[in-house]
Amino acid sequence: MERKKHHLKFGSAFDYAPAPETTPVALKKQYELFIHGEFVAPASGSYFNSINPANGKRLARIAKADHADVDRAVKSARQAFGNVWGPMDAAERGKYLFRIARIIQEKSRELAILESMDGGKPIKESRDVDLPLVAAHFFYYAGWADKLKYAFPGKAPEPLGVAGQVIPWNFPLLMAAWKIAPALACGNTVVIKPAETTSITAMHLAEIFQEAGLPPGVVNIVPGAGDTGAALVEHEGVDKIAFTGSTAVGKRIARSVAGTSKRLTLELGGKAANIVFDDCAIDQAVEGVINGIYFNQGHVCCAGSRLLIQESIHDDFVARLTRRIETLRVGDPLDKNTDIGAINSKAQLKRIQELVKTGEEEGAELHSSSCPLPDEGFWHRPSFFTGVTSSHRVAREEIFGPVLSIMTFRTPAEAVTLANDTCYGLSAGIWTDKGSKIFSIADQLKAGVIWANTFNKFDPTSPFGGYKESGFGREGGLQGLAAYVK
Amino acid sequence: MSFVLKSPVPRIDQVGVEERASTFQKRSIKNEAKAIGLKLAVSMMDLTTLEGADTKGKVTRLCRKARQPMAKRYHCPPCAAVCVYPNQVAHAAKELEGTGIPVASVATGFPSGQYPLALRLADVKDAVNSGAHEIDMVISRGTFLEGNLAEVSDEISAVKEACGKAHLKVIFETGELQTYDHVRLVSQLAIEAGGDFIKTSTGKVSPAATLPVTLVMLETVRDHYLETGRRIGVKPAGGIRTAKEALQYLVMVKETLGDDWLSPDLFRFGASSLLGDLELQLAKLIDGNYQSADYFSKS
Repeated sequence: MERKKHHLKFGSAFDYAPAPETTPVALKKQYELFIHGEFVAPASGSYFNSINPANGKRLARIAKADHADVDRAVKSARQAFGNVWGPMDAAERGKYLFRIARIIQEKSRELAILESMDGGKPIKESRDVDLPLVAAHFFYYAGWADKLKYAFPGKAPEPLGVAGQVIPWNFPLLMAAWKIAPALACGNTVVIKPAETTSITAMHLAEIFQEAGLPPGVVNIVPGAGDTGAALVEHEGVDKIAFTGSTAVGKRIARSVAGTSKRLTLELGGKAANIVFDDCAIDQAVEGVINGIYFNQGHVCCAGSRLLIQESIHDDFVARLTRRIETLRVGDPLDKNTDIGAINSKAQLKRIQELVKTGEEEGAELHSSSCPLPDEGFWHRPSFFTGVTSSHRVAREEIFGPVLSIMTFRTPAEAVTLANDTCYGLSAGIWTDKGSKIFSIADQLKAGVIWANTFNKFDPTSPFGGYKESGFGREGGLQGLAAYVK
Repeated sequence: MSFVLKSPVPRIDQVGVEERASTFQKRSIKNEAKAIGLKLAVSMMDLTTLEGADTKGKVTRLCRKARQPMAKRYHCPPCAAVCVYPNQVAHAAKELEGTGIPVASVATGFPSGQYPLALRLADVKDAVNSGAHEIDMVISRGTFLEGNLAEVSDEISAVKEACGKAHLKVIFETGELQTYDHVRLVSQLAIEAGGDFIKTSTGKVSPAATLPVTLVMLETVRDHYLETGRRIGVKPAGGIRTAKEALQYLVMVKETLGDDWLSPDLFRFGASSLLGDLELQLAKLIDGNYQSADYFSKS
């Protein structure tokens, strides 16, 4: 039942003082390309700005790689594959990966701060989620390097050659780790393009490769925008393309790779259903829904962005959610008490605002936290829509921001129908105290990752990937190796 | 089960509630916030002595400590109450006369509660007649675990009646009930039976208070308030020894129940050794450096 008479007051009593992370980080004014083990200026001499989304100001200048630079990087990777990394004893390759993992752990505080400055995510998340997972991925795949025959019994797995990798801006360093670690463990060399708005931690990762003594050319990093990515994807010296990003770009890549011998894996968008049954543990389900949509400002491809809630508990659940978003702290990403940081870029904020406007125009009701927002930078209040129907754009399109769409269902069968009523199929969540229901619903959902009574849990041992337009191929776990061997 | 509560008792997911509770440990409380929090924690303290060896002298010292926990220059508020066994109530009441600090007494055959109801009620009446303003009762955990909720409820109501004007705190001994589902159920039951405060533990059983157990109790209180408008207090007791832990509890209260519960009227700490660390941290904040623990009173 909705309770209207009595209200809790979340005011200023025992207000937390600012607790910003101190920032003596090794941030540089300018970052170069990383090709053949060295930092080099781009052939064109052109640079672009990396913006701190928390204040809209320039953080650093980043070298922009064009066709010539990409070509140089691919040739370097090819040479390293043929002469050094390919022929190297697998156990030796593993040692490099272990060394990289350890250096990442040692530098994790500095990297976390850089990640939060460049991308806008709260330090709490970059410190406690991103960086530990980055190191964990390198450790995990380091262990596989000399055991590939056991991963593929009866086969003699061979590396593919040069992997061209293009990664998104939502988990910059973590996505680099997801791509680089399994590729290297299988004996491939890499040319990787970080996202335009978040190149900085990738360039610090390059320094770590140098420190670890990784042979020149094994990993090359070529920052830039869409045209740099296209140059990499279309380069004939690349044997495999791995892309994580939007479904629109993924489709373009699939078209350009068609008819070539290049292998392709895609990890694209999502519009995950978080299904909450009336027999759930309700307060923990509220927390799971909050984590599902507001984690990393909702810039998560597997975000639980559609909440399907059993009609009988809709009003109670919405009342709890309304109260809970009032206690989320939005602001300075470097403050240790911040729950929701800055939207990654001006362009992304504009896209979120457009979709929110559409949601209102189409008749859904918008509920937002009353929290104040900083004057400068890119921000969006944690919000949700009620009264959404499957035909609304906010129910079908990926908002990729802190905005949840709530719909109701009556029966488990209807919940499954609604959950699968999407072009995506990356993830889903099930909330019920009844174990048998979890298994029966999970069996019917078309989604690559399904969480029960939790959400957004990641582990390097667990494969991750989608159905339908959420892409193909799996990253993580044993399955993640398959994309990098023949 | 024939016993029916007025409000539904939602299920608790163990993993989820523990994960939520751990988020309160990640808040960074600094500077002014820390000073406010530490003083608030002192003002919420039921300064407690529950030993077989308690003497008038010990109780006197405790009462005077509650009135002035630290040297005056620190502007530290007095404690919320002094909590003693029934035999020491009259003496504590005399010591605290005119100070506004209430005497709390454990009763009902504390800590086991394994006595006939008539004796437990007599215990309560005796403590109230001796001058106790607050009664900390224990529920019959055995009866609860037998599934006889009606009897547990009736006993709480009977004790409430015996309390008269005294405030009633209902101790669950959550370390013996063990599951979060039990904690949620017994919290709702105690609130509906007339308890003014719900309290985790006697301090005689381990584990005593934990963040997730207290969170389940706070959420029960929140839902009851939203449903009925009645404000119930919460008291974690036992096992809270450091200022850091106390601040984590306050963070949890702030983010679960809001401003109104950040008051000794609605939130208390039951602790004997916590005060020492609160003093140490407060002095550090004000003086700018840590001092030897030798400079702080131990009892």
